[in-house]
Amino acid sequence: MLSLDLSFYNWELFSNYILKGLLFSVQLTVIATVGGIIAGTFLALMRLSGKPALVYPATFYVNVMRSIPLVMVILWFFLLIPMLIGKPIGADLSATITFIAFEAAFFSEIVRAGIQSVPKGQTYAGEALGMTYGQNMRLVVLPQAFRNMIPVFMTQTIILFQDTSLVYAIGAYDLLKGFEIAGKNYGRPIETYLLAAVTYFLICFSLSKVVRLIQAKVAIIR
Amino acid sequence: MSLDLGVFCKSTLDGEVVDHCFSSLLGLGKNADPSYLDWLFKAWGWTLAVSCLALVIALVLGIAMGTLRTLPNNGRLSRLLVWLSTTWVELFRNIPVLVQVFLWYHVIPAFILPLKALPSYWLVSIALGFFTSARIAEQIRAGIHSLPSGQRAAATALGLTTPQTYRYVILPMAIRIVLPPLTSESMNIIKNSSVAFAVSVPELTLFAMQAQEETSHGVEIYLAVTALYALSAFSVNRVMSYIEKRTRIPGFIAPSNDTGAH
Repeated sequence: MLSLDLSFYNWELFSNYILKGLLFSVQLTVIATVGGIIAGTFLALMRLSGKPALVYPATFYVNVMRSIPLVMVILWFFLLIPMLIGKPIGADLSATITFIAFEAAFFSEIVRAGIQSVPKGQTYAGEALGMTYGQNMRLVVLPQAFRNMIPVFMTQTIILFQDTSLVYAIGAYDLLKGFEIAGKNYGRPIETYLLAAVTYFLICFSLSKVVRLIQAKVAIIR
Repeated sequence: MSLDLGVFCKSTLDGEVVDHCFSSLLGLGKNADPSYLDWLFKAWGWTLAVSCLALVIALVLGIAMGTLRTLPNNGRLSRLLVWLSTTWVELFRNIPVLVQVFLWYHVIPAFILPLKALPSYWLVSIALGFFTSARIAEQIRAGIHSLPSGQRAAATALGLTTPQTYRYVILPMAIRIVLPPLTSESMNIIKNSSVAFAVSVPELTLFAMQAQEETSHGVEIYLAVTALYALSAFSVNRVMSYIEKRTRIPGFIAPSNDTGAH
């Protein structure tokens, strides 16, 4: 049995190694969630528009993103973006663009299900009042759909936070990387990997408890 | 931009084009240098091996844990088992899969010494299997809860014990109901097996990274790897829908819910 020595885990280690990674992971999660929801809503509206010129590209994009491993998507963007813009790009920025593009596909599926969960009568009522398609979506359907979707969005955000650890593939400095570098520099990889697991667990577990509370609060009773 | 697929026929040793692209695959030229194509297919094999092993682990543990979570609250043992399985699910669901891979590779063998003798692809498969088992357990639990409570009551009325009730009445129905989400989880395992690159299992993603660096034909390499991932996931999808069709009971139509997770 091996004995753990956690005495090296102090404020100095936290502020020197972990904090920077934690901030990047949180920042990436927030940007990708907001960007993913906005882009995902447009994708969902394209798929529900009924116009083949909009439906097929959006469906193709969502299905491609959903059938490739996230690590490969991260590698693809890291390879392709410099080719397209003609100059090298940092791992941080590349990761941010990748996660917005990737999460858009997943959020669009949630938004699509959310829009479809709004009873048809709501749309008809909007049309009967003389609203245009845009007004109907913006004022009647989407507000109700988003309210229904809040818990699913948050669950997806927790998954997204866990997935940010995969930027390891292109060497961006995230929470996991912070622990790994600390482990190398202090010569204590076992303890730091364990601490990384505990940190991720505490964050994701508490967030999932919050989601459960919100789920009970926002439910629209019909 | 044009694609140069000739890169797959180059030798991995000196970058020269080899005589027969499929040479070592088909066993034609025993002395020929391995080409990138050979390496690609070997890497695919590793991806499939890790995924299959992880899938078996995930199904066995996931069905067991999901079942235990629904045990009726009657006695100390069942309360203990419910607590155990709930903890299991929360633990393995709330740690990123990559971190779990590192735990199994770096941390746990330091405590459980016999694990040091296991090859790394076993450790990755265990990590991936445990991670997915938590998600399968949730699906199974939802499936069991979706059954009408009369099923359990009928089993009790027939004098079946709790294990018999699960074995003969509840699980045969519940597993059929959750086959569609199990299909997505099986496809997720193929995709998530890509994290094995981080502990140097020579699977598709590691091949993609290394071959891209060596050949600087990243687009061709990535396209091939991506296509193989998609093909693998699609095959799993077909196999599962075949199983779904074969095990379907006339009169019961399992609701399909395709939830988006990755």
